Amino acid sequence: MKTSITWRVGLILLFSAISVFCLLKPMTLGLDLQGGMHLILEVEGEKAVENTVERELVIIRESLEKEKVAVKSIQREGNSILLVTPTESETAVTKILDQYPNFRIKKESGTPSDGEKKNLSLKEPEVKRILEASTSQALETIRNRIDQFGVTEPLIQKQGENQILIQLPGVKDPKRAMELIGRTALLEFKLLDEDNPMGRLLPATIEPGAEEKTVKEFQDQVPADRQILFERKVDKETGEVTKRPYLVTKQAALRGDVITDARVVIGDFNEPSVSIVFDSVGAKQFEKVTGENLEKRLAIVLDNTIYSTPTIQGKISGGRAQITGSFTSSEANDLSIALRAGALPAPVNIIQNVTVGPSLGQDSIEKGIRAFLISALLVVLYMLFYYRLCGLLANTMLCLNLLLLMGALAALHATLTLPGIAAIVLTVGMAVDTNVLIYERIRDELRKGRPVRLAIDAGYDKAFSSIFDSHVTTLITALALFLFGTGPIKGFAVSLSLGVIINLFTALVGTKVIFDIINRRWRLERLSI
Amino acid sequence: MVVETIEEGIVTMIELFKKTEIDFVGKRFVFFVISGLAVLVGVVAMIQIARGPSGGANLGVDFTGGTSLSLKFNKPVRMEEARHILATGGLADAELQAVVAEQKLLVRIKKEGGGKMDTRVSNLFFKALPENPFVVESSTEIGPKIGQKLQKDAGLAIILSTLGIILYIAFRFEFRFGVAAMAATFHDVLVILGIFYLLDKEITLLFITALLTIAGYSLSDTVVVFDRIRENLRTKKRELLPTVINRSINEVLARTFNTSFTTLLAVGTLFFFGGEVIHDFAFVMVLGVLVGTYSSWFIASPLLIVLKDVMPSRNEAPVFKKA
Repeated sequence: MKTSITWRVGLILLFSAISVFCLLKPMTLGLDLQGGMHLILEVEGEKAVENTVERELVIIRESLEKEKVAVKSIQREGNSILLVTPTESETAVTKILDQYPNFRIKKESGTPSDGEKKNLSLKEPEVKRILEASTSQALETIRNRIDQFGVTEPLIQKQGENQILIQLPGVKDPKRAMELIGRTALLEFKLLDEDNPMGRLLPATIEPGAEEKTVKEFQDQVPADRQILFERKVDKETGEVTKRPYLVTKQAALRGDVITDARVVIGDFNEPSVSIVFDSVGAKQFEKVTGENLEKRLAIVLDNTIYSTPTIQGKISGGRAQITGSFTSSEANDLSIALRAGALPAPVNIIQNVTVGPSLGQDSIEKGIRAFLISALLVVLYMLFYYRLCGLLANTMLCLNLLLLMGALAALHATLTLPGIAAIVLTVGMAVDTNVLIYERIRDELRKGRPVRLAIDAGYDKAFSSIFDSHVTTLITALALFLFGTGPIKGFAVSLSLGVIINLFTALVGTKVIFDIINRRWRLERLSI
Repeated sequence: MVVETIEEGIVTMIELFKKTEIDFVGKRFVFFVISGLAVLVGVVAMIQIARGPSGGANLGVDFTGGTSLSLKFNKPVRMEEARHILATGGLADAELQAVVAEQKLLVRIKKEGGGKMDTRVSNLFFKALPENPFVVESSTEIGPKIGQKLQKDAGLAIILSTLGIILYIAFRFEFRFGVAAMAATFHDVLVILGIFYLLDKEITLLFITALLTIAGYSLSDTVVVFDRIRENLRTKKRELLPTVINRSINEVLARTFNTSFTTLLAVGTLFFFGGEVIHDFAFVMVLGVLVGTYSSWFIASPLLIVLKDVMPSRNEAPVFKKA
């Protein structure tokens, strides 16, 4: 008896000490309590595959040109390239295409009489590799952007095959953060085609939102290697946004992947713009493009929107360029971050966006804690009123229960969410249930005239099965919620299951050991129950 | 209910229920009819929920996909005005709800916004009401894919916990008692579902969570009563089943009341003081404790009598299996 008491008291003290130790560190608050953003992005891997094919197309065309093979036509169709070359250069073509082992080459039927038509499709393993790489690349890029944006303890992780989970606790300007994360930031330099007569047919300005309609309207007249893009114009006085369509080359003269640095510079009229620096390859390319296209206009395109269309005055060497546009300074700042961190390999879709403002979070914490305190007070008072000294004992155990629960939550690095607080409040209500069941059993035994000591033992024995049952059923649902719940719900499930388990421990071990200690010291004749 | 302090030499106790003799099972058919109707509403609610967004149930954006926003304004906003502002922005099908006391406006839009619907909505209000600044307290936008996943996950959680509870009951109870306990649990869940449906409250993930918690919790009251019935069936073999059941419920009345009452104190505080985010959740818990207590008295126990007629069992068969 004595050793068993020592052992149990020791266990309780040990657990309490561990809990106190774990609680020295503040608990992590969930996004619903501290405010912040929870995003799930889906990477459009298919687009990354298409981009790769597009890039390969350029390279293949260049090597064909280098070998002086006349190309009748070459274009991308989905994930494959359609190539038509004259029949007489067949051997040369085959030799060149042998250098591109990633493509499966298939002769197309319906070959035109004077040439060979081939379908070059990207092989399966390569497609799979690109799909996988696109998600991890996007993740790295986004991590870079967020790091530069400055958020404390962001969580960025891959989820499933092509999803990225992002949690930004305490982010002040969710709108800005999302623009920064979600934009592809693909920078391209494209030449304006002003010689094409059809370009003159385009309207001078259109309403924002009418872009798709305009593109559809002129679809049939746009040559295969040209496209319509829109410049975004903001009226400085009225703030009105209009869009101006331009006919530009489909093929980019230069892409943003050659950028080494991007910074905000403030212009003469206090206008922010972004100055970019190219790497050596980019600088050479830029020099070549500007040298070959004097007096032409170059469109600076970011994510398919034209920002400016400067005229090339002369060959630009030195590898620098400037993006002007109607930016605010924070827009310019975010753009420079996005350009430095690089473009996403493919566009991303935001498929879940949960944002909680800091004021609501604070409000939730305050109300949650208040509800917890009031409920604890009410329950404690009721137990004292109904069960007197034994009620006091139950209340002590309630405190122990809460201490261990909080300690366990801290030890498991669980995040405290509002449903989590609700679970703790629920635990307060259920913790005393166990004591009620035991006490009522003891009362039954006392009414039958049993001496106090035997009544207590019998009470515990007989109450055990119903206590056990009610805990197990709650635990079953908590487990199901844990397995299939997300975020706050998981927090609820964790708090509830820990609460239930600890409750079983404090009631069956905690209260019992105190009864045993009292019983051993004094022969109890009366029981305040 | 009598508060009485007994001093009998060895014990000091307060008893709210001094030897009661309430007839719980006598009017069982009345309660069966009432509960039957309530369960029917619950079944209708379940069918409507299963029909998805086109059904009559008020499914939250967690399941349908879409956006819900909570905007807190400096000055009150009239509903018609807000509706007009959204309609001019092409969001005529937005659902609006005002929390007048806190000058809050809850906006729900069940269509895809590519993760940027919150910006779109706040821009509309920002432009239309420049003299009435507001903050976006919270916004949730769920894409259709995530909605489907959450729906699937919620379904799996429901199936798993139902299965778990059924298996546990099968393991612990004798067949007749198991059926009654299960019926009572389903009764509780369906009645609450029905109430939510009638009140046109939003069916969200948090609601499902609360409902499952209640499914687990409501069993515990039933277990306590059944435990006593088992004991009394063993010791008082001569008595009629209705008498035994009535006596058992009366004997454990105090503990059923006390366990329910303390839990009610806790979830009631949550309901009144826990804040709006947790409000519906707490509401389910309050209902759950009340309905759960009702069902263990008026449904689960009287069902034993009905079931005895339907499936007579051997007299000595244990009511509970040994744990």
